[in-house]
Amino acid sequence: MLRRRLTVSLSRLEFWEASDMSAENEIVKLSAAQMAQKLASGEVSSRELTQAEINVIAAAEPSIKAFLTVSASRALKEADESDARRAKGEKMPALAGVPIAIKDMIVTKGIETTAASKILKGWIPPYDATVIRKIRAAGMPLLGKTNLDEFAQGSSTEHSAFFPTHNPWDTTRVPGGSGGGSASAVAAFEAPLALGTDTGGSIRQPGAFTGTVGVKPTYGGVSRFGAIAMASSMDQIGPVSRTVLDAALLQELIGGYDANDSTSLPDAVPPVVAAAREGQKMDLHGVRVGIIKQALGEGISDPVRTNFEHTVSLLKSMGAQVSEVDMPALPYSLDAYYVLMPSEVSSNLARYDGMRYGIRVMPPADQEQSAQNMMLATREAGFGPEVKRRIILGTYALSAGFYDKWYGSAQRVRTLIIREFNQAFKSVDVLVSPTSPISAFKIGSEVSGNPMTMYMNDIATIPANLAGIPAISVPMGLANGLPTGFQIMAPQKRDDLMYKPAAAVEAALKQESCADMLSSLKTPWVDQAAHGSDVAATDADQINKAEEAAVEAKAVGARSTREEK
Amino acid sequence: MSTFTTKQVKRLGFLVRIGLTDEEADHLKNDLNVIADSISKIQELDTKDVPPTTNPVPLKAHLRDDTAATPLTLKEALSGAPKTSDGQFVAPRILGSE
Repeated sequence: MLRRRLTVSLSRLEFWEASDMSAENEIVKLSAAQMAQKLASGEVSSRELTQAEINVIAAAEPSIKAFLTVSASRALKEADESDARRAKGEKMPALAGVPIAIKDMIVTKGIETTAASKILKGWIPPYDATVIRKIRAAGMPLLGKTNLDEFAQGSSTEHSAFFPTHNPWDTTRVPGGSGGGSASAVAAFEAPLALGTDTGGSIRQPGAFTGTVGVKPTYGGVSRFGAIAMASSMDQIGPVSRTVLDAALLQELIGGYDANDSTSLPDAVPPVVAAAREGQKMDLHGVRVGIIKQALGEGISDPVRTNFEHTVSLLKSMGAQVSEVDMPALPYSLDAYYVLMPSEVSSNLARYDGMRYGIRVMPPADQEQSAQNMMLATREAGFGPEVKRRIILGTYALSAGFYDKWYGSAQRVRTLIIREFNQAFKSVDVLVSPTSPISAFKIGSEVSGNPMTMYMNDIATIPANLAGIPAISVPMGLANGLPTGFQIMAPQKRDDLMYKPAAAVEAALKQESCADMLSSLKTPWVDQAAHGSDVAATDADQINKAEEAAVEAKAVGARSTREEK
Repeated sequence: MSTFTTKQVKRLGFLVRIGLTDEEADHLKNDLNVIADSISKIQELDTKDVPPTTNPVPLKAHLRDDTAATPLTLKEALSGAPKTSDGQFVAPRILGSE
């Protein structure tokens, strides 16, 4: 039990000598549900928990770099408010007091939000996303904003304008993307929970690469209000966690209708927490599982295939009926996606024009100081190469003369893929595939070279976004010391159907190896944090900031000066 | 024949207001041609009588209640602007000098 540290005169070192040396080590390694229990019983306060996470963040960030902004001072204030509410006897939501990290693609009032792009550097949003309002109302301290590929465009987090994030299993490797920051933060025990956004696999593929759970809910199941738009017909906010139950608890908190999002579903959130608890019983009799034939084609690495086949055998041993499902149009998902997504990106990113928010870069002095030249200079300096590539490709796909050849065709292929899913779900409850064909690759190995190589990472995750269906990635064991992910997809609005087998797989793998997969991860930063003194919140607030300022100065300062207010 | 030429990429860059050097445009052209070759595969499927999908979870178009509110104050709305004056956004000259 973590003793309350109220005696300020007692130094931290004395405290640890006087009590269990590993207490903090243990508390940050609990699941969010376990933390919530300890908060409810008064065994630990939200402040203690939040400070413990800040200590881990400070120790981990030099090697992991998951955070673009650490909002430690605010988090401790929010933790105190949460503790005060509880002390007053207020009935608290399930996750009250449990800290959380947020992908920097989601706007947070008063906390810098950049989408990992230079074009938004320094932007402090004047409003909260709907999911953030819900998290704040639930009394969950917000630890900070996590790194991503710029505007969520990429599969490795190397396309962040500021720095790449490292995979805690092997820091020379990528954590996946675009939500590599959220996934790494949760895997490295810097946060028990995080939020991500998933347009083509940006929550699930990093989940597979880092040994965490990642969920893309049904399109419209969680409000997109305040999620920075990438491809609006596919974007979806969802949970990142270390257990299936934790993801369910978070999805129930953030889900539901929102009048501020015209694509928000009026339906109630499916009973995902109950489904996850049911799955933990490891009884899958009556559950019909379909293996997508086309998802096991070429390109799947041998270790991923081995782990996948083993996981399927576990499903069978728990009573699930497993069959193969043929979806011939599915291989066209990737190509349809790489028409639709850039088209929507080109439209959505037109708003960054140096006029109302974000940076403004004036043209060189020898050019006319017009609005047009300002926009050219601002967008040239503000966007990275991958974003420029997608805006130009999307603009071309939407241009007169080519619209029907590319965009129109892709929209019709999308219909075919949806029809195949509808047909498949007539005979099975859920569909399964590996989340990613490979495990985490080396940093720098895919950045230059053929762009399609990186795009192939999302081949198994994209179909769910095209069809608007829910999908979850759960760890399915290590391969050569690196995590691999198992994906389960369910029909629209039936997110609960995938949570049950997901929790069952998690429980079966744990029983088999007698431990959680993440318990085998070496975490020297957690031990370092447990043995050091509390990190001051004001110091933690500065983590990674000098590096970002240097990037901004180089990009914007070299071309022209930023106009002051 | 390649879909994109360097000249075309520069022209597209201008249309979307992204300044590109010749070198950048040339590099982008190569990447875009690789992508174009791949995504053209979607035309292999017969989609003649298939309707297009815009929203995968179709909803009846609806509007929320029209109630008066001040979601953002003037100060908040202007808080992220690069340049403001007298409660307004300040933009560089829109029309040319000629």
